[in-house]
Amino acid sequence: MEERELRALIDQVRAGGLSRRAFVQMMVGLGLTAPLAAQMLASAGVAHAQAKSAYTPTKPGGGGPLKVLWWQSPTLLNPHFATGTKDQDGSRIFYEPLAAFDPDGNLVPILAAEIPSIQNGAVAKDGKSITWKLKKNVVWHDGKPFTADDIVFNWEYAADPATAATTISSYKDIARIDKLDSHTVKLTFKNPTPFWADGFCGYRGMIIPKHVFEAFKGAKSREAPANVKPVGTGPYKYVDFKPGDIVRGELNSTYHMPNRPHFDTIEMKGGGDAVSAGRAVVQTAEYDYAWNMQVEEEIMRRMEQGGRGKFETAPGGNIEHIQCNQTDPNKEVDGERSSVKAPHPFLTDPAVRQALNLLVDRASVQEEIYGRGGQATANFLNSPPKYVSKNTRWEFNVDKANQVLDAAGWKRGADGIRAKGDKKLKMVYQTSINAPRQKTQAIVKQAAAKAGIELELKSVTASVFFSSDAANPDIYARFSTDLQMYTTTQASPDPQTFMEQFASWEVAAKDNKYQGRNITRWRNDEYDKLFRAAETELDPVKRAALFIKMNDMVIQNVVVIPVIFRNKVQAVSSRLRGHEISGWDNDTANLFNWFKA
Amino acid sequence: MSRYVIRRLLIAVPVIFGISLVLFTILALAPGDPFEELATNPNVPPEVRQNLRAKFGLDDPLPVRYARWLTSMVRGDWGFSFVSRVNVDTLIMQRLPTSLFVLGSAQLLGLLIALPIGTYSALRPYSVFDQLATTLAFIGFSLPTFFTGLIFILVFSLWLDWLPFIYRADIAATGWRWWWEHARQAAMPVAVLGLFQGATLTRFVRSAVIDVFRLDYVNTARAKGLSEGVTVVKHVIRNALIPVVTLVALQIPGIFTGAVITEQIFRIPGIGSLLISSILANDTPVIMAITFVFSCLVVIFNLVADLLYGWLDPRIAYR
Repeated sequence: MEERELRALIDQVRAGGLSRRAFVQMMVGLGLTAPLAAQMLASAGVAHAQAKSAYTPTKPGGGGPLKVLWWQSPTLLNPHFATGTKDQDGSRIFYEPLAAFDPDGNLVPILAAEIPSIQNGAVAKDGKSITWKLKKNVVWHDGKPFTADDIVFNWEYAADPATAATTISSYKDIARIDKLDSHTVKLTFKNPTPFWADGFCGYRGMIIPKHVFEAFKGAKSREAPANVKPVGTGPYKYVDFKPGDIVRGELNSTYHMPNRPHFDTIEMKGGGDAVSAGRAVVQTAEYDYAWNMQVEEEIMRRMEQGGRGKFETAPGGNIEHIQCNQTDPNKEVDGERSSVKAPHPFLTDPAVRQALNLLVDRASVQEEIYGRGGQATANFLNSPPKYVSKNTRWEFNVDKANQVLDAAGWKRGADGIRAKGDKKLKMVYQTSINAPRQKTQAIVKQAAAKAGIELELKSVTASVFFSSDAANPDIYARFSTDLQMYTTTQASPDPQTFMEQFASWEVAAKDNKYQGRNITRWRNDEYDKLFRAAETELDPVKRAALFIKMNDMVIQNVVVIPVIFRNKVQAVSSRLRGHEISGWDNDTANLFNWFKA
Repeated sequence: MSRYVIRRLLIAVPVIFGISLVLFTILALAPGDPFEELATNPNVPPEVRQNLRAKFGLDDPLPVRYARWLTSMVRGDWGFSFVSRVNVDTLIMQRLPTSLFVLGSAQLLGLLIALPIGTYSALRPYSVFDQLATTLAFIGFSLPTFFTGLIFILVFSLWLDWLPFIYRADIAATGWRWWWEHARQAAMPVAVLGLFQGATLTRFVRSAVIDVFRLDYVNTARAKGLSEGVTVVKHVIRNALIPVVTLVALQIPGIFTGAVITEQIFRIPGIGSLLISSILANDTPVIMAITFVFSCLVVIFNLVADLLYGWLDPRIAYR
């Protein structure tokens, strides 16, 4: 989709011919993130009507206990040290960012008084600075006021490499933060930054108090008692925390939003497994909410029969995909397999990759394995079908795969396996050990056999497969097989980091201890140029068009074969209301709005 | 006697040292590292992970790391968890009471089942009661706890809706309600573990009592006109208990590590679930601390069992 077409669509939204949500979904279908799509609309002056919250309670408290289950439980409650969503979700009970992302990727002010935009003059035209106005009368749980000093401190804290904050990438590109007055800050970036809603927004933007953490900046960060005893601005105050077991909080009577929160206490219990967590919510109603339900569709339906709760989904950015190795995993060059110096003997042939793409029966994978937990996809996301162009629509067609291979000169041998010269279409296909993945492998293997491709299946324990131990040949980054499959997460609200994984300078190699993120080792000059252009392009629409082009290149060249776009699935008690789960933010992002009917 | 104890304790020192060395080496050789979740997250630059590894001393050579661990352990510093950054002793102390309560109650329940049933079966071998008890005992210890645990949840939580299947260590209630809630949530895990224990011990008690029952001094006791009850309680059971007591003593260290599987099923925040989650997260300091304390307890309770033998049966001499 070209820039011109994008602008036409935005005009349609402005004129009311196309709904906001449809536009966002469409963009997401083209490989963008919802927050970026929302930013395009915002920059074009399409106002985002603040959604009216369905919150009905007229006073804070009185809701009794809220009991939620996180089957992987938080292990620490400092958002700057969070190693996974579990820690961020737990921290979000107590801490808040300046703004949160709603399900459509729009920014919603939390600790900010308003969202910066070009229209209100808070976003500089050159993309080098933005100004945030903070809400007044916000107090920390210990009674101290929340001010601009806290914002400056969070940047200093997270950007200091000695702190070893996991949020460093969201803060290190801020050149300086000026305090304009007690409740206004100006962020100046090192480079023009098209997407500025990274630091201080969403799950990477939670703000910790300066007066509590000041003494523990840098090398002493581990020793802060508040790492496990949070003092925040959130709807609930800290009561108790046992790492890996339970987080407890109680109503914050000085909370800055009126009539909130509804519950008197909150309890986040951890441990166990997804299925039994689902049972405790949907079948026995012991708990009100459970996170990340990786449960098979059939089991979910059976549990829902009791009517005490249901499983809900929220689209986000997780893509289960198959990668095609562009380098030879069986040849060792300078002590390295899958080296860029040794191209793959046959996966470099577009016909073979094309055929593989036709042999992945995404419909069966979705119906039989993932159910409502995922959608079959050709792109990085599934959009309403009418907008998907014919050439990016996925197809499962064994005959066509056979034709493609015949035309490319791959002849069936006596054993039914295709060959060309001394090259045989025999591949090793690896993934981590996880029941849905092994089932998907089997489905692909069966179809491939019909087209004369022999796939040898390999599964590696997840803790090894996803580890960063460069000495282990089975880690995904070393890619010592022809094909491999896992889920990659479009974790950031901006697609730039995500798309960098196909840039040639990111190739994972022995030299960089396999920390490069380009796992397929695909290299393409045109792609690199597009990426460099997107990095500095300030017009969100032009930038979006660049990302869409990059996505198309990856898909049309079958560098990867997207299989399933995985939804966030959660178990929710039928009495719980107000939880609008956003795929672009924490499950607990709008905890202040949760209430019970 | 005291010379024997001293000698055994001196032998224990190199044993425990050897165990710690083996444990540490195995953990260091195992694949994976505690920050792997950061490695797969594109938003976290690799420098953060390298920084953390350097900060927590993971990049030093193995002997250096072992020496550092050993010296601080000797000084009583157990280190801190890489995952939660909380001191290991704090983590263990948070979990220990729960494990002790659940496993202690289970052990007690097991004994309460095993002693009367085992003895009665032995007094009337091959009677209907004995056959029934034997059959049930066999079923009991052939069924793994994860299976009985799931069956219990299915019946008592899902079908009957009587008992909760999620265990919470801190219940926000006081007085009788607190006791009631605790009893309700502990009922299933304690029953699962206790029945398993009980089944094994029943067989043990039965064979011990049968062995003693045939001995001459039992006949003597009867011949001098003691009632059957007094004979059984004072002469048979007391002597039959010697092997049972040692068996129970050897099982005590197991209470410390908790019941990994049962704790996982019922979400009991005990040592077992801490151990398993630490293993999955490659949290070396926590794994080391738990396994090391466990091995120390095994060594010590072996010694205690040996000493108990002598105390219960004076014919055993220590040299």
